Amino acid sequence: MDKFIRHTGVGVPLRYSNVDTDQIIPAVYLKRVSRTGFEDALFSAWRHDESFVLNHPSYRSGSVLVAGPDFGTGSSREHAVWALKDYGFKAVLSARFADIFRGNSGKQGLLTGELDQDDIERIWQVLEDAPGTEVTVDLEQREVRCAEIVAPMQVDDYTRWRLMEGLDDIGLTMRHIDEIADFEASRPSHKPRTLA
Amino acid sequence: MGKTLAEKVWDAHVVRRAEGAPDLLYIDLHLVHEVTSPQAFEGLRLAGRQVRRPDLTLATEDHNTPTLDIDKPIADLTSRTQIDTLRRNCEDFGIRLHPLGDTEQGIVHVVGPQLGLTQPGMTVVCGDSHTSTHGAFGALAFGIGTSEVEHVLATQTLPLRPFKTMAINVEGKLRPGTTSKDIILAVIAKIGTGGGQGYVLEYRGEAIRSLSMEARMTICNMSIEAGARAGMIAPDETTFEYVQGRPHAPKGKEWDAALEYWKSLRTDDDAEFDTEVTIDAEELEPYVTWGTNPGQGLPLSSAVPDPASFAGEAERAAAERALEYMDLRPGTPLREITVDTVFIGSCTNGRIEDLRAAAEIVKGRRKADDVRVLVVPGSDRVRLQAESEGLDKIFTEFGAEWRFAGCSMCLGMNPDQLSPGERSASTSNRNFEGRQGKGGRTHLVSPLVAAATGVRGTLSSPADLDPTPLPSRDHEH
Repeated sequence: MDKFIRHTGVGVPLRYSNVDTDQIIPAVYLKRVSRTGFEDALFSAWRHDESFVLNHPSYRSGSVLVAGPDFGTGSSREHAVWALKDYGFKAVLSARFADIFRGNSGKQGLLTGELDQDDIERIWQVLEDAPGTEVTVDLEQREVRCAEIVAPMQVDDYTRWRLMEGLDDIGLTMRHIDEIADFEASRPSHKPRTLA
Repeated sequence: MGKTLAEKVWDAHVVRRAEGAPDLLYIDLHLVHEVTSPQAFEGLRLAGRQVRRPDLTLATEDHNTPTLDIDKPIADLTSRTQIDTLRRNCEDFGIRLHPLGDTEQGIVHVVGPQLGLTQPGMTVVCGDSHTSTHGAFGALAFGIGTSEVEHVLATQTLPLRPFKTMAINVEGKLRPGTTSKDIILAVIAKIGTGGGQGYVLEYRGEAIRSLSMEARMTICNMSIEAGARAGMIAPDETTFEYVQGRPHAPKGKEWDAALEYWKSLRTDDDAEFDTEVTIDAEELEPYVTWGTNPGQGLPLSSAVPDPASFAGEAERAAAERALEYMDLRPGTPLREITVDTVFIGSCTNGRIEDLRAAAEIVKGRRKADDVRVLVVPGSDRVRLQAESEGLDKIFTEFGAEWRFAGCSMCLGMNPDQLSPGERSASTSNRNFEGRQGKGGRTHLVSPLVAAATGVRGTLSSPADLDPTPLPSRDHEH
């Protein structure tokens, strides 16, 4: 996984709350068995609408999505994260994220930064008044900068460390494989098994 | 201070706890399906890793599978490729698979409990957000993403941050015509789609205690719709009775040992929840959703709300967007909304009790003329049981289509989809835009409301039906 320390890119204002994973990527695109190539599927229903924000030329190259609260609700599909990454997004900012979506993002190096809704509104205003304005997401300093705005960003310590180091979770867990084996030896024998 | 049920199960599975790091939790059961697993198996191959515990892993085919002509090759090539990929992965990594056509095939969250693999006090995960279903047994069960699927396959563990706990107290008794689906729709309407974020919900109280296991599963299933990764109900005699005798239930001395442990799985009297919410079951009516998220629900006796009546700007904007998508006008009584399709099925309401409840309503009646009614059992075992009770005949005589098991129209990954603009009353769990097919409009309902809606063609509860079923087929509407 690539390291994430800070990123600067065009901010995209998405003034919707409750953007669920069916909107981020509809189920018809989940039939693929690959992990890449989902960029066309991102927000596919909305992208048919000419007025949708990503169809605006100034936002098309956006890499920081600034969304309403409760982003990523619904299904566990990691395809939602792959689609955002494949499109070119490096970070999503929202006042609140759904738990599974936030977890999936962390595994894939997509930063989910929590901002106060007031700060989100101020950033929306800047991005709408001057489309194409860049946003800096600084994980090291835990802050977001956009024009004159400097907003504190919440990311938990462990996720921040993993993202800044670019560490892979499975590799980290494998360091404790002996402890896993010890735990297994102590599991009650009444626990079910799927194989005879 | 005592512990909550969730904390007890969590603590019993901690492999490793270290300052500044998430707990490493052991996973007792990993359920796998075709949609969220291919990239995880690919990851294992690329890293040269094995599946650590195939004996704690079970796969089934459900999301993509057709519900008609299941003996023929799957027509959709990408669906067929995904199914074939799961079959190859299970063979290569030694995982037990119940493929389409197998008697144990079905929706992963129907299959686990039915086989007795879901038991109290376990940790259960699956690359599917409705894994919360299994919490009905007093298990800690939650959905995970594909990276986590790979993590569990490789290590049988997951690094996780502790959840906060929320008690949902459902006091009093449900009135006739209301069901556990109405409880959970009311809970979500009350706390919102984000209300449960970061929490494990524990459903408690008289109304919950009196529910059957299947009704409890319906409630826990939709915990994720309130934003909670997991929902739980403390195991009791109802739970033990359901588990006992199933293929994978403990037997003999093992049963006794398990039972002793399971009986300790309840929230201690002096334990404290981080948050508590109380709902009065006596006040509940059949609930339906009017919008495009499961929190946008109201009693069936209400009218479509006016967006101007919502407090916050975001809420107002969300309601406006939802009404536009749903093509509804404020003030329209919900009972006057006409539907094109009724879907009875899914991991929320595709179990035998759901089918029995719906069948009892439609028995001897004839569906409304322009409504398509689709009945999809949650598993092949449910289908066989229903057929042995003659429910399939009741449904087909009603005018419904009786199908083979799978996720079907809940998410429309197979051919069972709504057309653009089509409106459904659906016993499933999500009313998101396009969820059941591009441009489709979904109203979430209980099996009773679904059945009554099939009779009248507009959103209805059994109380709206004529008292005596009509004997003839040529009833005029």
